Amino acid sequence: MTTRESTPPFADRLPAPRAIRTRMSAARRREAFQGYLYISPWIVGFILFIGGPLVASLYYSFTYYPLLMEPSWVGLQNYATAFFKDRLFWLSAWRTALWALTTVPLGIVGSFFAALLLNRAVPLKTFWRVLFFLPSLTPEIAAALLWLWILQPDVGIVNSTLKGWFGIIGPDWLAGVDTAMPSLIMISLWSSIGSVRMLIFLAGLQGVPQELYDAAVVDGANWWQKVWNITLPMISPTILLNLILGLIGSLQVFGLAFVATGGGPAYATYFFGLHLYQTAFRSFDMGYGSALAWFLFTVILVLTLIQISFSRRWVYYAGDAKD
Amino acid sequence: MQATTTSRPVTGSPSGMRKEIGNTLLLIFTALLALGFMFPFLWGISSSLKTGFEVIAYPPSLLPKSPQWYNYVQAWQEADLGQFFWNSTVVTGLSLIGQVISSFIVAYGFARFRFPGRDLLFILCLSGLMMPVYVTIIPLFTLFRWLGWINTFKPLIIPTYFGSAFAIFLLRQFIMSIPTEFDESALIDGASRWTILTRIIMPNCQPALATVAIVGFMASWNNFLGPLIFLDRVENYTLPLGLWFLRGTIDDALPRDHLLMAGAMITTFPVLLIFVFAQNYFIEGIVMSGIKG
Repeated sequence: MTTRESTPPFADRLPAPRAIRTRMSAARRREAFQGYLYISPWIVGFILFIGGPLVASLYYSFTYYPLLMEPSWVGLQNYATAFFKDRLFWLSAWRTALWALTTVPLGIVGSFFAALLLNRAVPLKTFWRVLFFLPSLTPEIAAALLWLWILQPDVGIVNSTLKGWFGIIGPDWLAGVDTAMPSLIMISLWSSIGSVRMLIFLAGLQGVPQELYDAAVVDGANWWQKVWNITLPMISPTILLNLILGLIGSLQVFGLAFVATGGGPAYATYFFGLHLYQTAFRSFDMGYGSALAWFLFTVILVLTLIQISFSRRWVYYAGDAKD
Repeated sequence: MQATTTSRPVTGSPSGMRKEIGNTLLLIFTALLALGFMFPFLWGISSSLKTGFEVIAYPPSLLPKSPQWYNYVQAWQEADLGQFFWNSTVVTGLSLIGQVISSFIVAYGFARFRFPGRDLLFILCLSGLMMPVYVTIIPLFTLFRWLGWINTFKPLIIPTYFGSAFAIFLLRQFIMSIPTEFDESALIDGASRWTILTRIIMPNCQPALATVAIVGFMASWNNFLGPLIFLDRVENYTLPLGLWFLRGTIDDALPRDHLLMAGAMITTFPVLLIFVFAQNYFIEGIVMSGIKG
């Protein structure tokens, strides 16, 4: 602002590149100031509710911090407890790994084929799309209650049908050590196959050029060859996105298990999120809970980076010049 | 999309016949699959309309003998779902307003201004999407406890007034697809940046705003972990938490599964209603944000 006052009176008649530059930079500065002003709500929110807490929980993870006391520094003790003493740490970590290794691939394959089906010229396309999408709109807790009722051991529709039609006495699905996990996986697939993931696949499928399929038909390719050689490579960026988002989501599984099984029976569905909740909000061991949270965060970061670096081998970007 | 393959004359020739049969089979398969996806709902609705004795009868009847609409009234009044519904409405309504407005303003800042560090800040914003909730929730709990916000709706509402990473991302992508010529001519005419935001950008952003509103609505309405941690008193419970609470208080002597099903339906209906109304906007928003990668 002060530079403008010091501009000589005849500046507009002179070529004076310097004057123009300073005036432009004043406009630039004004723009930058306004830009910061517009994004300032996010900056404040980020510091208060994301960045600050992130740093705080990292600090807490090195402390002994029962809720009603001040945190006291214990170094790596929480991490040592987790890795070498806490049996439930590894148990819940492996349960969660099993959950992610089943629900993510099955869910992505399911969503892909659902999108493939709905992308065909079936009549009433929009209608079917809404019906497929419906389960993912059900609030997690409502879905858990619906399935608890469907899988109810005595009068639930599944066991009643098994008994009435085949004379089989069905198990208590969600309360059996062997059946609880598969039941939860099934519920999760029900609610995730037709979800936003399917819509993202649909959007990806619509971006595949029709000429490629036409050329393949001329060459005598069958349905599966078209899917394998054209569709999959062309939508591989979409698959990568769904893999990354799916893994991040699945490692945080909580509500469904909390309501449907409570982590039981005999810890069969005791996921990492449940262990963290128990530690931090039932035992109020905030320090150890924070260490668990940072372990999960690190795992998610590492797995995401691995996926991105491996993706160079199998993800094809149509606009890319690649050798 | 498939027009080029399906618009060929299909009737008459044997291969056309085969194609027609194939399409019919595909349609039947789609319908069966849709029925499978729908079944838990239909069963929930049917169960919610049975009497307490019919609902636990063996073998179960597919449809209620006479629909007990009064179950919904009973769930609403006696099981306190009315209170939970009101709580959910307040929390979701207030956080939606905050999230949409603030995210829109921030997205405009990221999309239309040049300032040092902008791209870095935007990446920082996106990184929030990757962060597990658990890594911030413990310090947030101690923060809100220190502020005396536990057992109020504030922890569920106030943070949304600072924008959400997903909404900012989606709206920024959308704003960037609007030509800047409109902005520039308005600037020359002496319009302020704020006027441009409200008069030019906003009317052009409706699909994206609708998408952000739906996603925000679902996130807030379905939120379970947040209310579970921040709300202690039953009268403050939101619907998902209330459902969980009701299930835990079931008195074994009285069958109440029909009321629980009514509760699950009451929780689900608002989401369905909003989705059906905004379906096209929603899908358009997902596609246009370029989220497909």
